[in-house]
Amino acid sequence: MALLEVNNLDVRFALRQGEVHALRDICFSLERGERLGIVGESGAGKSVAAFSLLNLIAKPGFIAGGTVNFDGQVLNRMSERGLRKVRGNRISMIFQDPMMTLNPVLSIGEQMVECLKAHRRISSKEARAIALDKLQQVQIPSPETRLDQYPHELSGGMRQRIIIAIALLLDPDIIIADEPTTALDVTIQAEIMALLLELCEQHNVGLILITHDLGVVSQVTQRILVMYAGRVIEQGPTREIINDPQHPYTQGLINALPQMATPGEKLNQIRGSMPSLSNLPSGCAFHPRCDFINRADGQPRPACTQQVPEFVDSGNCRVACHMVAEMLEDRRLKEEIS
Amino acid sequence: MSAHAEAITENPMPTPRQNEESADSLLQIRDLKKRFSLSGDFLDQLRFKGGKLVRHQEHVHAINGVNLDIKRGEALCVVGESGCGKSTVARTVMGLLTPSEGEIRYDGQRIDNLSSRQLLPYRKRMQMIFQNPYASLNPRMTIQQTLEEPLRLHHPDWKRPKILEKVEEVMHSVGIDPDWGKRFGHEFSGGQRQRIAIARALAVDPEFIVADEPISALDVSIQAQVLNLLMEAQQERNLTYLFITHDLAVVEHFGTRVAVMYLGTVCEIATTATLFEKPRHPYTQALLSAIPRLKDDRPQHIRLSGEVPTPVNLPSGCVFHGRCPHANSRCKQEIPLLQTQDDGTRVACHAVEEGRL
Repeated sequence: MALLEVNNLDVRFALRQGEVHALRDICFSLERGERLGIVGESGAGKSVAAFSLLNLIAKPGFIAGGTVNFDGQVLNRMSERGLRKVRGNRISMIFQDPMMTLNPVLSIGEQMVECLKAHRRISSKEARAIALDKLQQVQIPSPETRLDQYPHELSGGMRQRIIIAIALLLDPDIIIADEPTTALDVTIQAEIMALLLELCEQHNVGLILITHDLGVVSQVTQRILVMYAGRVIEQGPTREIINDPQHPYTQGLINALPQMATPGEKLNQIRGSMPSLSNLPSGCAFHPRCDFINRADGQPRPACTQQVPEFVDSGNCRVACHMVAEMLEDRRLKEEIS
Repeated sequence: MSAHAEAITENPMPTPRQNEESADSLLQIRDLKKRFSLSGDFLDQLRFKGGKLVRHQEHVHAINGVNLDIKRGEALCVVGESGCGKSTVARTVMGLLTPSEGEIRYDGQRIDNLSSRQLLPYRKRMQMIFQNPYASLNPRMTIQQTLEEPLRLHHPDWKRPKILEKVEEVMHSVGIDPDWGKRFGHEFSGGQRQRIAIARALAVDPEFIVADEPISALDVSIQAQVLNLLMEAQQERNLTYLFITHDLAVVEHFGTRVAVMYLGTVCEIATTATLFEKPRHPYTQALLSAIPRLKDDRPQHIRLSGEVPTPVNLPSGCVFHGRCPHANSRCKQEIPLLQTQDDGTRVACHAVEEGRL
């Protein structure tokens, strides 16, 4: 059994206007030491997915169904007390904005020691030694002085390094990183991603990387989930999805990147924008923006507008799309005939 | 004044090489400098030092001697990391900031020392698109009012039917439904708001548009839509762009020429194809290697040591020398000047000049 298994996760937000279905039917698993990317645009539900793994969804949101299995425990049915033993200890989290995640009134050392002492029975001196060691691992210059500095004295890249050091502090099994480099510059982003990758490989730590940047995902992860309007629409090995995306949305997302077009020519845009979760189109949520809702003979495919697509296996990938399902079915029939 | 600024005055920019370009340039920026005071007002600046009252001033050196020519019909992209002064260049060009030193010429006329009344005719010819479409639209105005305002200001003689006609025309050209006119900015998504902001800029039929990170607040699929819109507008209206961005992938697609900035100075200017094919300056090389590409598994990043120094106390010599893998003692003392290479690329680097790179 995989280290982390998410089955049919369903998250809703109870708003005054009615219930909003933020996540539907999320299923995926993560092996020990595996790196998984969750990709999607804002509003696709990727951050909600990450937060719900540790049951960090705040009211009015709640997990309405499904399970998050981690190493034999069901995280979404655990008590707060039990969860506290997992959070930050066995699964740690890196948030987007390094300016907001560190406590401004505590020195770096105090924050790291506090975290260690909350989970382990050790003296402050030992904790400080561990903290120092982790700061060295994230290649921060003059780590001893940093321990006594406050977050405002450090640059954005430096703070994100410290946050990575804190995430690694208790030798977790999994790190969940929610857009860890979005707030940083390109050269700093490249350094931080390289560091994160190196440390995960070195310590055999699993990584769930949430990002909208397909370039970053393709360089760091082994598998990808693509999300759209609260659902996973495609998942599989990173290389295969990047080189040969099956779902029209994934294709559109990759083809819309400037690096995929000839300089000076029009970019291949996806028309329209993501629907709001409170007002989803019927059938496949992507159908109003999709170029493939017609069959090969030009007739519209009724399933696209009426039925939510199920996952079909296409090679090593799983895709939720009627068009792909139809194509695979055709191919299978042809093979049977011949 | 800092040692850095003195060094520049000792090496005055040779002007003749720029004249060949000036003929068809729409906008010329000459030795532009912009400092922001950190020291507060006069009384805050007074300090006791050795029993005497002295005036102590500290400045952020946002731009230090930038020379740029923007030719008619081109899209000049300015790239660099945060704090390199690229937005300050944009704002100074638009007259939103007054330069500390230097000149800005638009169509041959100096515009940096004009009063706002004198600047009004130029404002009609040059418009700006801002980064954050959530902040750049007035929340109390409907879309119709937002689009009418620049027309009323720049064409006081126009009657209402003419204004309405123009607003509708510009809405069509950027793909906005004219029915949106009655609604307010907050009712739209980021991509739609950026369309409205573009429509507002195009309403007065400008010839020159300064776009300060116009797509970085938007989602990937929406970025492509807005970028296509900007390119269409350029073809239809023969616009000239000054395009500020940190995203090199966008530059490769959009720009005619690229200027790379680091810590308030331009370190390399080249045509887009040349820059991406053959980056000369070590900083440009590092910047290009850091773009996350889809196709390569294990990219070879050029890792720069250290971080961008503070623009309050600029490093001596080449501002990049502290992080540069090729720096020598000359780089620490002498400020490199932009030098034209065989293919027209201009690079400010001693290593390139000496053939070490």
